[in-house]
Amino acid sequence: MALPSRLLPVATAGALVLTLAACGGGDEPDATPGGDTTEGSGTTGEPAAGGAEEGDGTLTLYSGRNEELVQPVLDAFTEETGIEVEVRYGDTAAMAAQILEEGDNSPAEVFLAQDAGALGAVSREGRLVALPQETLDLVPETYRSVDGDWVGLTGRSRVLVYNKDAVSEEELPQTVEELTGPEWTGRLGIAPTNASFQSFVTALRVLEGDDAAQTWLADLAANDPQIREKNGMIVADVDAGAIDAGLVNHYYLYELAEEQGVAPEELTAALHFFGAGDAGALVNISGIGLVDEQADGDAQALVDYLLSEAGQTYFVEETFEYPMIEGVGTPADLPPLEELETPEIDLNDLDDLQRTIEMITEAGLL
Amino acid sequence: MALIPLAYLLFRTAQGGLGAWVEAVATERTARLATTSLLLAGVVTAACLVIGVASAWLVTRSNTPGRRAFAVLLALPLAVPSYVAAFTWVSVADLWTATPGTRFEGFVAAAVVLTLYTYPYVYLPVAAALVRADPAQEEVARSLGRGPLHTVLTVTLPQVRPAVVGGGLLAALYVLADFGAVSILRLDTFTRAIFTAFSAGFNRQGALTLATLLVLVTTVILLLEGRTRRAGARFSGTHVTRPARAADLGVWRWAGAAGLGAVLLAALGVPALSLARWMARGTSAGDATGRLWDAAVGSLTASLLGALLTILLALPLGILAARHPGRLSQALERTAYLAHSLPGVVVGLSLVFFGVTVALPFYQTTWLLALAYATLFLPLGVGAVASAASQAPRSLEEAAAALGRSPAQVFRRVTLPLTLPGIGAGAALVFLTAMKELPATLLLRPTGMDTLATRLWSATAIGRYAEAAPYALVLVALAAVPTWLIVRRTGILPAAGEREPLRPVEVEDPTGASDLLEGVKA
Repeated sequence: MALPSRLLPVATAGALVLTLAACGGGDEPDATPGGDTTEGSGTTGEPAAGGAEEGDGTLTLYSGRNEELVQPVLDAFTEETGIEVEVRYGDTAAMAAQILEEGDNSPAEVFLAQDAGALGAVSREGRLVALPQETLDLVPETYRSVDGDWVGLTGRSRVLVYNKDAVSEEELPQTVEELTGPEWTGRLGIAPTNASFQSFVTALRVLEGDDAAQTWLADLAANDPQIREKNGMIVADVDAGAIDAGLVNHYYLYELAEEQGVAPEELTAALHFFGAGDAGALVNISGIGLVDEQADGDAQALVDYLLSEAGQTYFVEETFEYPMIEGVGTPADLPPLEELETPEIDLNDLDDLQRTIEMITEAGLL
Repeated sequence: MALIPLAYLLFRTAQGGLGAWVEAVATERTARLATTSLLLAGVVTAACLVIGVASAWLVTRSNTPGRRAFAVLLALPLAVPSYVAAFTWVSVADLWTATPGTRFEGFVAAAVVLTLYTYPYVYLPVAAALVRADPAQEEVARSLGRGPLHTVLTVTLPQVRPAVVGGGLLAALYVLADFGAVSILRLDTFTRAIFTAFSAGFNRQGALTLATLLVLVTTVILLLEGRTRRAGARFSGTHVTRPARAADLGVWRWAGAAGLGAVLLAALGVPALSLARWMARGTSAGDATGRLWDAAVGSLTASLLGALLTILLALPLGILAARHPGRLSQALERTAYLAHSLPGVVVGLSLVFFGVTVALPFYQTTWLLALAYATLFLPLGVGAVASAASQAPRSLEEAAAALGRSPAQVFRRVTLPLTLPGIGAGAALVFLTAMKELPATLLLRPTGMDTLATRLWSATAIGRYAEAAPYALVLVALAAVPTWLIVRRTGILPAAGEREPLRPVEVEDPTGASDLLEGVKA
């Protein structure tokens, strides 16, 4: 090994790092030309003091969900409570890795994640604190952590998006099993790198067993699927007629309609829900958890607000997602969550993504 | 600085133990990833060398029409982030494929896109070196009866060999570290596997294990490159006093122009077409106007600071490498390249770790972000400084020292002024590359700060392509400024035309060093 000869540069650089860090201490960060241009106060590294009840009037949120979808409801929260929210937007998975890497020094007080998997990963390493029982009770058991340290905020259903001109009503499948048949050869779009697809395959494994899931993946791969990087691209391609149908989350259709400036029903693409408790009808969540000791009353206030009628109504009306609490209605003209024939699955059972990814890779889809 | 990610990787992998490492690494998948990554790097580098060297020669040494405009435009693809490039190529694929649903993806697609946006790494240094290379040797070769093509291949190219090899190395490392293009074009490479391990499995350990392997691969490439570098003698003279004559290509000069035009059309035309279509189709473009300013300011400050810090760190390394070539200085210079092949997310995470454990007051400030840029792009700075320092005649320093100046004075009065243009070009290159950086920026930017790259990411993530287009345009426009600066500073100006009289080369010399130069020659 070339290890010994590499140690010298390592040591040299280590010394350099320390020297520079020491030198850097001289000029204070307020001299940063860019540090304060967009933010009034640079309170990022500030350790949040105070007990569980006392808030300090600001909180730091790590959001794995897009600014476009989240910022308006956060602004409403600030308006309502006077608590300022400093938001860090990023990719859900990278953010989970970041929170774990930051450890005890994490500035994050709240983690808003795109999917249950990321919350589970942070929770497993003990970085989330338990939520009060009355918060947990707002959300159906299926859509919250068994350990009580995260809850779902919104539900997203897996659907088949299809082109109304290319697929007739009779053709629409009841199960994902049918999609591997010859009548669907080359017509189906999937996004195997996407966490939502992977969660769905995990659900398939939990419901039908690994062997059946493996067979389904192999059959799907053999059926010439149209592979895309993102759900949104599938919906756009289905609407444009490039592919006939695709497995996606339900709200992408509404995003497309908004970007094109038309009503959802004017699109050529339409949604179809799978039935009979099929894995294709899985409802996953975006969720929220409080990070470590930093969580104070402000953080809890945000969770409370997002699970209140106002917060939930925002998601229903603006992001077209399913509410987690009762009595808020449903997005657009979609059937209510209770009427969906969702599979009997606890989201907590969907944490074995590792094996799922191996299986998708083995099938040649990744 | 460059070693922070390496130390971090070593630390994290050591936590898993050697056994776990071997087990994770010695798989068929790893072998396949290695093959794909290396093959891609090889093909793209070869293509970059061909395009880069040919275009550099056409622009600096021939009478190809429009050379002056080409000289600048040919460097511009560097300003296009690879994820934007790949995305725009994919979204115009429907224009030329007859069967709907056919995708522009896979190995060939990735190779084409990566080549079109990395060849400037070869083009720029080679063009600069060609301008400075001593034409006397070529003239001797021609007068001794060698044909023009033969002369170019056997005399001119060996003269600029360090620039060719250096540029090729940067291109190869860029390809190894690239994630944007390969993920969008669906090619399974190391970086994509690293990202997938992070994003899908939340498998930090697995991701970092793969990253260590990438470091090993890079080490091998660096060792090989070091070997060819030693084998290649530098036989350029020290003082160039006049530019080379432009070769008359006859009617072929139109073919040359057409070739350069085709490269530009592919590299710049496709994104332009795509962006125009996004703007026309979508409705969200208006949302960009309010955010554009903040994002541009964010991009500029972070990248400028990053460029300054990088050059500050690169200065000692580059001058050491050029002035005191030896095992130690070479080893130091090489290590700067190691982190360059690591994907941004790994460098980002390593600095998150460094930030929270060592430099907490700086965590999530622009400073740490600038440090990340310095870590990622140090080789660009070191390369520029080293080549500038090696082209500045050493005899001047010796003369100054002989005249009783202290080493510090020599450095300040002679070395620094002579290398300044090269350093400026290096800083511009780092600046422009930093503006495009995304994964490390997302992890390390101050909370609430936006850059054009993060805005672009945010908009495309939820399909707001019309909003994304203005960010992409401004990003490319802003990056075009340093690109232009690089072209000017490296002195890539077309050689004198055949009818123009030969005239002395205009060395930009704000310092009066030329007086000294005259003295030395006399």
